[in-house]
Amino acid sequence: MSGNSESQSGPLAVELHRISKSFPGVIANYAIELMVRPGTIHAIVGENGAGKSTLMKTLYGMHQPDDGTITVNGHAVQFKTPTEAIAAGIGMVHQHFMLADNLTIIENIILGAEPTDNRGRINFGVARERIEVLMASLGATFDPGTNVSELGVGQRQRVEILKVLYRGAKILILDEPTAVLVPQEVEELFETLKRLVLDGSTVIFISHKLDEVLTYCDEITVMRQGTTVAHTTPAQVDRRTLAQLMVGSDLPDPSGRETEVGEDILLQVSGLNVASEIPGAKLALQNINITVHSGEIVGIAGVEGNGQFELCEAILGLRPKLSGTISVDSSELSESDTRTRREMGLSYIAFDRHREGLLLDAPLWENTFLGREENATLTAGPFMKNRSIEADSRVIIERFGVLTPSEQVPAFALSGGNQQKLVVGREMASNPKILLAAHPTRGVDVGAQSAIWDELRIARDRGLAVLLISADLEELIGLSDRILVMFDGHITAELDPNTATPEMLGTYMTGGEIVTSL
Amino acid sequence: MKSQRLQRVLVTSASSLLAVFVALCICAVILLITGKDPIQAYSTLFGAAGDVKVLQGTLNRATPLMISAAAVAIGFKMNLFNIGVEGQMRVALLATAVAGAAIDLPAPLHILFCLVVAMATGAIWAAFAGWLKVKRGVNEVISTIMLNFVALSLVAWAFDSFFTADNAPGVLLVKTKELPPSAWFPDIVDRRLNGMFFIAILVLVLFYVLVWKTKFGFQLRASGANPGAARVTGVNPKRMVMISMLMSGALAGLVGMRALLGDVHAYQNNLAEQQGFNGIAVALLGRNHPLGILISALLFGYLGEASGRLQLEDIPKEITTIMTGIIVLAVVIINEAVKRWDDKRIQHKAALALASRVVAE
Repeated sequence: MSGNSESQSGPLAVELHRISKSFPGVIANYAIELMVRPGTIHAIVGENGAGKSTLMKTLYGMHQPDDGTITVNGHAVQFKTPTEAIAAGIGMVHQHFMLADNLTIIENIILGAEPTDNRGRINFGVARERIEVLMASLGATFDPGTNVSELGVGQRQRVEILKVLYRGAKILILDEPTAVLVPQEVEELFETLKRLVLDGSTVIFISHKLDEVLTYCDEITVMRQGTTVAHTTPAQVDRRTLAQLMVGSDLPDPSGRETEVGEDILLQVSGLNVASEIPGAKLALQNINITVHSGEIVGIAGVEGNGQFELCEAILGLRPKLSGTISVDSSELSESDTRTRREMGLSYIAFDRHREGLLLDAPLWENTFLGREENATLTAGPFMKNRSIEADSRVIIERFGVLTPSEQVPAFALSGGNQQKLVVGREMASNPKILLAAHPTRGVDVGAQSAIWDELRIARDRGLAVLLISADLEELIGLSDRILVMFDGHITAELDPNTATPEMLGTYMTGGEIVTSL
Repeated sequence: MKSQRLQRVLVTSASSLLAVFVALCICAVILLITGKDPIQAYSTLFGAAGDVKVLQGTLNRATPLMISAAAVAIGFKMNLFNIGVEGQMRVALLATAVAGAAIDLPAPLHILFCLVVAMATGAIWAAFAGWLKVKRGVNEVISTIMLNFVALSLVAWAFDSFFTADNAPGVLLVKTKELPPSAWFPDIVDRRLNGMFFIAILVLVLFYVLVWKTKFGFQLRASGANPGAARVTGVNPKRMVMISMLMSGALAGLVGMRALLGDVHAYQNNLAEQQGFNGIAVALLGRNHPLGILISALLFGYLGEASGRLQLEDIPKEITTIMTGIIVLAVVIINEAVKRWDDKRIQHKAALALASRVVAE
């Protein structure tokens, strides 16, 4: 806590009073009270759907509140557009990076705010000087002339922060900045933020990861169901209390199993090599060996893009392999197409529910039918049995607790958590033997997360073999019976979840310190 | 929750009706600018609706439009934009005219033979575009436009060089050898309505059943709505592209059959001209749904049939062509605006329904 006395006497950096905003499809904000003191890292925590993003969009001028007042540095303000918020010294670092890969760091930073000479030409010299000063203050060491495509995730985030600072922001809003980072990068990020705060900036940090909030932030505002419910400091609360404030009850716990892993090998991948999509590049997957038994959850840890996606596609038969074998329930799959593999009992929760999981414009009952066209109860010969399909859809909706007015609603109208429950429900509905679950709880609220975990556990106890790919290390450690780490197309480590820590996983995931355990 | 479905239908129909209305307003302004009286023009245009002859003509004109719109729509359902219906139709026309005149069969068989030849040649021509997309990743919009030019030139050349029949002296219009009467598609109702109209209706019915009631149709729609999602469930996207291109081409082959088998009985230049392109407009206005296509085809057919009356009032009949064009533009714009509004409305309603449920708990 940097509760220095001089800042307490001065005006607050940001004060929101009685802010309300109703918005179709999104949980409204109401009666928001937020007080951010200058020179602090102020965390706003709350589960997905608690209204954090809506609130920050209000502050950043992306929409106007229905009611309430916003005060910045003691002055009442009304932002009609983000431009006005930027002019008032507020900057936003979005969760999804908005960088042009084919431009350099300098070009990305000055894009839209180019310093020009009197003939309208961009003065790169001036830009570079200013950026280098800013980089020094952040402790960033890369060359601003580098193409963004060559940067890692942590560095890209630093560029996003630079973009905001370059535009003169003194109050930075970071929307779930650590969602894409491994533990080591998280630490670096907070070192950067600490430097900024020391230089007089204020940071508003949106997160639902309690550990980092408690470790690094000065003050905490808790949101629940669209409103602020508590204002506290890390000294005053522990993890458990904070979690209870956030969800109004206990956090779901991924761990716990009473049954034993089965004997039968349901999924066996041996010596699998898969070529990269880029010609001439090194293999996307190299000598992968994975065995999943009945009733076992094998976790795959790894930074995204290290071969997890290719692994799933190869197992599903969506991507050709160079060599190696994949067998389901001891039958070799090499000759079978995707449809056949799925009918043999392979199910797949895709990486991105919008890109590969759902037909967003189609009603829910069509979405639950997708991929199950061979199901004899849902079809008759070449024809669909719409009544049965709709009834079946209602069963899935009911069983997996999908919150929806009916099965006729198009999928886009549901919240992310409910969409995901629908996808999980569909994939489980065909009673698979093997489930490839890629980020099964990404971007869903705590309630949905807990429901999905429960379903995975129930199915596992019944003998389902699960290959769990996740970026949520807690989920991996809690659910898995074994954890494999993927790095650069290899499996670089196998860990026992009982002894593995997020830090250990982080080290292996970034390719550091590869000691062959086991 | 059937009301939800009904609402969707209402919203969809309302936006198409709105587009037609907007187009009528814009055309009224154009008429005013050119010094004509729009009220007089419209009353002439729509006053013709009471005339049985005009109505029969409308059905005849609607026949090829229904089929060609179905050809376009089946591609659209899979996110394929087959602009090549015109070219596919033209290739099929010449092939059918030549093949049909070359053999002798009893009447119903002869007609059937002609229809099969037309569908096969249309499908083969469309297969080029499908093959290019599947194998080489060529966008079908580009390839079908280009193949239209190829088809038009190729057919014109082949017709001029090999297939023109010797004209009776004094006849200027060059044609292929006339089809034997056994290949003529009969007229029904007072010799004015051609029977191909019922084939077109059949096409729309089959189109509906196939796309909305079968597994295959579901996979087709799923591949169009989200190719990624369809792919991971094991639907082969390349196969779907190929199949829908073939079906689209087969229907395109049928488009010219009313003109060929039901009217002229020989190939000539300009036969069934533009009917492949007009199908795109009909499919757009009809929102790729068989019922919508039927209504739109009847509207366009009527405008075409009644436009002749305008000339009697000294109003250029081209105003109906302008109207058709504006309808298409308005449809595209209004559909998008209405869709955005309706998406928000649905989302809002779902959120409200859930909020009240949470409160109730």
